[in-house]
Amino acid sequence: MKATLDPARPGSEGAEPTSRAEASSEPRAEASPASAAPSGGTPPRPTARRKSRSGGEWFGKTYTLICVAVLIVTIFSIVYFVASKGLSTFFVNGVSLKEFLFGTKWAPDGEPQSFGALPFITGSFVTSILAACISAPLAFCAAIFMTELMPKFGKRVMQPVIELLAGIPSVVYGFVGLTVIVPFFRAIFPGQGLGLAAGAVVLSIMILPTITTIATDAMSNLPRGLKEGSYALGATRWQTISRSILPAVIPSMLTGVVLGIARAFGEALAVQMVIGNAPHIPSSLFESASTLTSVITLSMGNTIMGQVQNNVLWSLALVLLVMTFVFVAIVRVLERRSLR
Amino acid sequence: MKKTMLVLMTTVLALTLAACGSKNDANSGGAEGASLSGSILAAGSTAMQPLVEQVSQKFMAESEYSGVTVQVQGGGSGTGLTQVSEGQADIGNSDIFAGEKFTDADADKGKELIDHQVAVVAMATVVNKNIAIDDLSKQQLVDIFTGKVTNWSEVGGADEKIVIVNRPSSSGTRKTFEKYGLGTKSEDLPGNIQEDSSGTVKKLVGETPGAIGYLALSYLDDSVKTLKLDGVEATPDNVKTGEYPIWAYQHMYTKGEPNEVVKAFLDYMVSDDIQKTDVTDLGYISINDMQVTRDEAGTITKK
Repeated sequence: MKATLDPARPGSEGAEPTSRAEASSEPRAEASPASAAPSGGTPPRPTARRKSRSGGEWFGKTYTLICVAVLIVTIFSIVYFVASKGLSTFFVNGVSLKEFLFGTKWAPDGEPQSFGALPFITGSFVTSILAACISAPLAFCAAIFMTELMPKFGKRVMQPVIELLAGIPSVVYGFVGLTVIVPFFRAIFPGQGLGLAAGAVVLSIMILPTITTIATDAMSNLPRGLKEGSYALGATRWQTISRSILPAVIPSMLTGVVLGIARAFGEALAVQMVIGNAPHIPSSLFESASTLTSVITLSMGNTIMGQVQNNVLWSLALVLLVMTFVFVAIVRVLERRSLR
Repeated sequence: MKKTMLVLMTTVLALTLAACGSKNDANSGGAEGASLSGSILAAGSTAMQPLVEQVSQKFMAESEYSGVTVQVQGGGSGTGLTQVSEGQADIGNSDIFAGEKFTDADADKGKELIDHQVAVVAMATVVNKNIAIDDLSKQQLVDIFTGKVTNWSEVGGADEKIVIVNRPSSSGTRKTFEKYGLGTKSEDLPGNIQEDSSGTVKKLVGETPGAIGYLALSYLDDSVKTLKLDGVEATPDNVKTGEYPIWAYQHMYTKGEPNEVVKAFLDYMVSDDIQKTDVTDLGYISINDMQVTRDEAGTITKK
C-alpha cells in the first residue's frame, strides 16, 4: 500500500519541498496539506486522504502482527508438542537415547521390546540423497536448456510442464511407482522390486521441480554482463556456460539440492507405498527397507496415545523435525556464501 | 483493490480460525418424546469404516432416528480407542480387544471401556497363483512366518524363494493372524514386505512370484490363491462353527454404559436386518450366526 502511494507524493506536494519534510517522514505528512491548499484550493480532500492513509497503516500493521503472531504460536506449539511427546520416550518410558539412535532392532510390540531407529534414519538418508543424485543432474541440465539454449521454448513449454510435477498428489506418485517402477525393477534386478531404489526414483521425480525452479531462477537472474563479457572475449557458448555461468550459480544450485533433499526427507505416502517397510537395514538397494516417515504413517493410527509404542513414533517425528532444522541451517549458510 | 483483498483475506483467516475452533458437539443424548435426537461420533479402525458408514446412513434415514446424526471417522484402531477413552468420540471402532492395546500402566483405561461386538471378520492365508500348494499346516505356517523355512520346496512346493507380505507389527490384522493362526508372535524378518492396506497386500501377493500373505475374506478374488489351514477351508461356514480359527470380532467400544442415542445405534447395528444384509454384503460374518464365542484370552465356548 505504501509503495503505491509514495511515488504520487512528490507531485501533490508541488515543486517546493520543505526542508522539514526531508528531515523525517512524520512532519512531511503534516506539510503536504499546507502546500497543497494554495494551489488546489480543496483543503478537505488531502485531509481525508491522510486520515485514510493512517487508518490503512494502522490496519495493515495490526493485520500483519496478527498473522505473524498466529504463525509463531503455531510453529512453537507444534515444536513443543512434538518435542514433549518425543522426549517422553526417553524420560518417561526410559528408552536409552543411544539405543534409539544406534540400535538396529525395531520391535516395539516384541518381547522383549526394542526401539532401534537406525534402520529408519539410514533409510531416510539413503533414499533422499539418492533421489537428489538422480534428480540434480537432470534439473541442472533442464535449467541450462531453459535459460541458455532455448529460452523461448523453455519458458513457454518446459517450465510449466516441470512445475506441473509439483502439483501432482503424492499418492499418485506412489501408485505409479507401485504399478510401473516396482514391476520393472522386479523384472530386471534380483529381489521383489520394492526397496530403496524404487523409493529414490519416485522421490527424484517429486523433487525435480524444486531443484529445477531454483536453478532456473538463479541462472536467469545473473547479470547480463557476465554472459556478454564472456562472449566478447571470444568464448563459445559451451565455454560461457561451463566457465562463467555454472560457477556463478553453484551456491544457488546447492541450495536447491538441499531443499530438494529436505522435501524428499519429509515425504511419507509415496515412499511408504514402494519401499517395502521392513524395519531393517537392507543389504541391497532392491530389498525392502523403511524410512522415518513410512514407519510413522504405518503405525501411528494403530497405537494408543501415551503408550511407549506411540511415544517412540513421536521421537521419530522429532528426529525428522531436527533434521529439517539442520537442512534449513545448511540453506542459510549456502545463501550467505552466494551473497558474498 | 488492495484494501478489498486485505479485508477478504482477513475474513478468510478469521473464518478458518473459527472453523478450527468449533468442536464436535458431543452427543446431547436427550430423548424428547418418542423420537431420539443427538449426535454420535464413531472413530477408529479403517477396516470397519465402510461398514459403520453404510449402516449409519441407513440408521439416519430411518424416520424414528431422523434427529440423530452419526459421524464416522477412520484413523486406526489405536486412535479410536484413544479417542473413546478420552471422551472425544462416543464409539471407538477396533478390530482388536481393548485389553490387548491398553497394557501395563494403562490397563485401567481399557477396563472402563465396554465392548460391543458387531461383526466377525475372518482372514485367509493367500499365496501367489503360481504356487502349487493348496494346504499348509499350522506348523508350516509358523515356520514360514518366523523365517525357519525360506523356500517353497521345504513345504512341498517348487524350488522358489518365499516372499512374505506382512502387516506392520502394530496392525490389528497381524495381531489376529499371529494370535489365532500362528499362536506365536513373529518377528519382522529382513527383506519381508510390510503393507498396511489390504488392497496393496493383494496386489503385491498377486504379482510377486513366491509371495505369501493374509487377507480378510472380503478381499479374496481370482488374483490370489487361497490356502487351506490344516485342511480346513477359510469359508464363513467353517468360521461360524469355530473350525477355522483365524477370525476376529469387530468391536465398537463405549466408555461406560452407552447413552440412549448411542445404544439405539448399537442395537440397530446388531439387529437381524442389518446383520443379514449390510454386514454379510460387505464380506463380514454376522455376529448372530456365530455358534461359538471367544474371549480375550482366546478360549472358545459353544453358544
